[in-house]
Amino acid sequence: MTDSTPSTGLTAPKLRLGIRDGSDDGWGYAPAPESTDHVELRDRYGLFIDGEFVDAGDGRTFETANPATEEKIADVALASDADVDAAVAAARRAYEEVWSQLAPRERGKYVYRIARVLQERGRELAITESLDGGKPIRESRDVDIPLAAAHFFYYAGWADKLDYAFPGRGARALGVAGQVIPWNFPLLMAAWKIAPAIAAGNTVVLKPAETTPLTALKLAEIIRDAGVPPGVVNIVTGAGETGAAVVQHDDVDKVAFTGSTEVGKLIRRALAGSGRHYTLELGGKAANLVFEDAAVDQAVEGIVNGIFFNQGHVCCAGSRLLVQESVADEVISKLKDRMETLIVGDPLDKNTDIGAINSRAQLDKIEEYLEIGEAEGAEPFQTSCPVPERGYWCRPTLFLHASQSHRVVQEEIFGPVLAVQTFRTVDEGIAMANNTPYGLSGGVWSDKGAKAFRVTSRIRAGVLWANTYNKFDPTAPFGGYKESGIGREGGLAGLHAYLQPEAAA
Amino acid sequence: MSERRPAAAADRLPVLKTHKVYVAGKFPRSESGRFDRALAPDGTPIANICRCSRKDVRDAVTAARAAQAGWAARTAYNRGQILYRIAEMLEGRSGQFEALLAAGGTAPDEAAVEVQASTDRLLHYAGWTDKFQQVFSSVNPVATSHFNFSILEPMGVVGVLAPESPLLGLVSSIAPAIAGGNTTVVLVTGGQPLPATTFGEVLNSSDVPGGVVNILTGRRDEMLAPLAAHRDVDALLLCSPDPDVARSAEIEAVHNLKRAAVRPHEDWADVQSPYEITDLQEVKTTWHPIGS
Repeated sequence: MTDSTPSTGLTAPKLRLGIRDGSDDGWGYAPAPESTDHVELRDRYGLFIDGEFVDAGDGRTFETANPATEEKIADVALASDADVDAAVAAARRAYEEVWSQLAPRERGKYVYRIARVLQERGRELAITESLDGGKPIRESRDVDIPLAAAHFFYYAGWADKLDYAFPGRGARALGVAGQVIPWNFPLLMAAWKIAPAIAAGNTVVLKPAETTPLTALKLAEIIRDAGVPPGVVNIVTGAGETGAAVVQHDDVDKVAFTGSTEVGKLIRRALAGSGRHYTLELGGKAANLVFEDAAVDQAVEGIVNGIFFNQGHVCCAGSRLLVQESVADEVISKLKDRMETLIVGDPLDKNTDIGAINSRAQLDKIEEYLEIGEAEGAEPFQTSCPVPERGYWCRPTLFLHASQSHRVVQEEIFGPVLAVQTFRTVDEGIAMANNTPYGLSGGVWSDKGAKAFRVTSRIRAGVLWANTYNKFDPTAPFGGYKESGIGREGGLAGLHAYLQPEAAA
Repeated sequence: MSERRPAAAADRLPVLKTHKVYVAGKFPRSESGRFDRALAPDGTPIANICRCSRKDVRDAVTAARAAQAGWAARTAYNRGQILYRIAEMLEGRSGQFEALLAAGGTAPDEAAVEVQASTDRLLHYAGWTDKFQQVFSSVNPVATSHFNFSILEPMGVVGVLAPESPLLGLVSSIAPAIAGGNTTVVLVTGGQPLPATTFGEVLNSSDVPGGVVNILTGRRDEMLAPLAAHRDVDALLLCSPDPDVARSAEIEAVHNLKRAAVRPHEDWADVQSPYEITDLQEVKTTWHPIGS
């Protein structure tokens, strides 16, 4: 692999379907924006504590903005330590007096109700998610919101079946869970946290990310309207300090955190010796391995889905492409062609492939890595698509000829940036895939079933996709090895995270 | 056939045993050349034991890492047979272990019970090696066209702070770890180290590959922190009733996010379940498309 010249011998002119770069040759897509007219957004949102929306005790607020326009959407209450205290107290009271006393079957019915209303209000939630977080409407509509509803539906059914959670043992809830979630899948992460917790009989205090609080607050409305007893779910908005107050609160029995490995380690340290339960879903730097016997066109789709899904704001993103040398030229050539068709722009446009970067701060971080990658000697490739003038945007980017020592290979960028390396033998590919402190996920592309099984079994990571990538399901446990986290979410393993087995009889 | 053995001579000098550590399937002394004394309850020295250093800890981790992939790749059936073999060897040497326990202060009848319980515990986990995966893994009915399953994999190298309970506690902490395909570095820091050093000999005669279990004797305040901080250790099993011991080890463990399981038990009679195995396993979920 020496340059970007295709080795396939194909010389057909590039069709540039969907490119809207002003030189439109008639092949471009017309804008297809999703209508927002029926979405009700308030100017001001409070904290959801003990079944009611309340202002922060000290009246402080912060702004949440649309990253595609940089325009403010709403003021949101900024929870202080005192507000977190009130939320935890409400959760404790609800746990002791109501939720733990309720028949499991009835508890499950409330959770089912939430799932149903999420489905009913799916379109509104999808639009809100794209407005507040910048993700393409196609993804929020087809992935985030349906999966969030599915998580509630799945865990609702567990509520009256906890006796089957631990073979040979009874099960009981932990108590009050303090939960902190990130901005990349705002509603879906709220569902991953809240659904198993309350179905298992716990009550929760959840802190959404400061750049994407709106769908969690709409979820609070849904929970209130579903008649869930006050205090079972409390949602406190704010930034890192609010999150720290939640996870370090003395009366929290269980901490669940999704976010960076750096913050995860701080939380783990704070919890050392406390005996409290915890699950940590942290960063990743997943390898996506393409073998010479892969179906190349499918692999290219998988590479694109692996790194450009949700602007690359995905902890399990396939951010390292490891491609076998014998097919590297072909794969990279086709990958570049495919990338040129990706549309970066208005998240609400149904044609958009890559939406807005979630925040100015995240865009700054990504751009810093673009400079680092080039300075360290990797060869950048960026597509030529136009991007809007306002808002935060990053074109899909490759770093070719990256090496193991490069920071773009070692560190999580959390953007649409793919580091490309090559390998010769299966063993070398596996060794490179495992040469990272992370272990969240990985991808394998090969049409040989035995090889796919062998390679997936030798990669030290919690989720392996063979000939697919970035698939999620409420029944499938998700979580990391090594520094990508501790514990699982989803499936029975995800239920265990909110229960403890009773002592043997 | 007449008895040809000479009568035990009253004036015969007994051959004393040198208690060494067990690392990589061999019995070296501590690289530090230091020793401590194992004492009887009345304070009388019984034997010298190695006072291992942080360098010994690192060497033991290297041995455990080298053995891990091979041990995990053994069939579950084979691991079960090897655990069964450990039980056979322990049963055959029960008198020796009863004497060691008694010398350390365990009442003779209790010593016999402890050795029997330890043998039975090994047998219990020998039987789990090819069953826990069946009980605890899953095929997940995902809503897309994928064959999706979650299986358990060993965490890897497990650092074990062995409990005070000199044989039953030791066996109860090691057996579930290795039954699940982990390899171990075991720190023996309690008041009765001799059953542990002798248990290394049992392991060594049971077809346990070298490095699967490494047993070091010495002082907790010298060995635990380097083990807990070691970047090539994946998990800790902290058997101590003292919450400060677990806390300080957990803090050392943060920087590579080791998993930590705490066992505060002082009585190990009932600490036996498949959850002792699964607490040292990772869950791996794999997706394969179903299609033509």
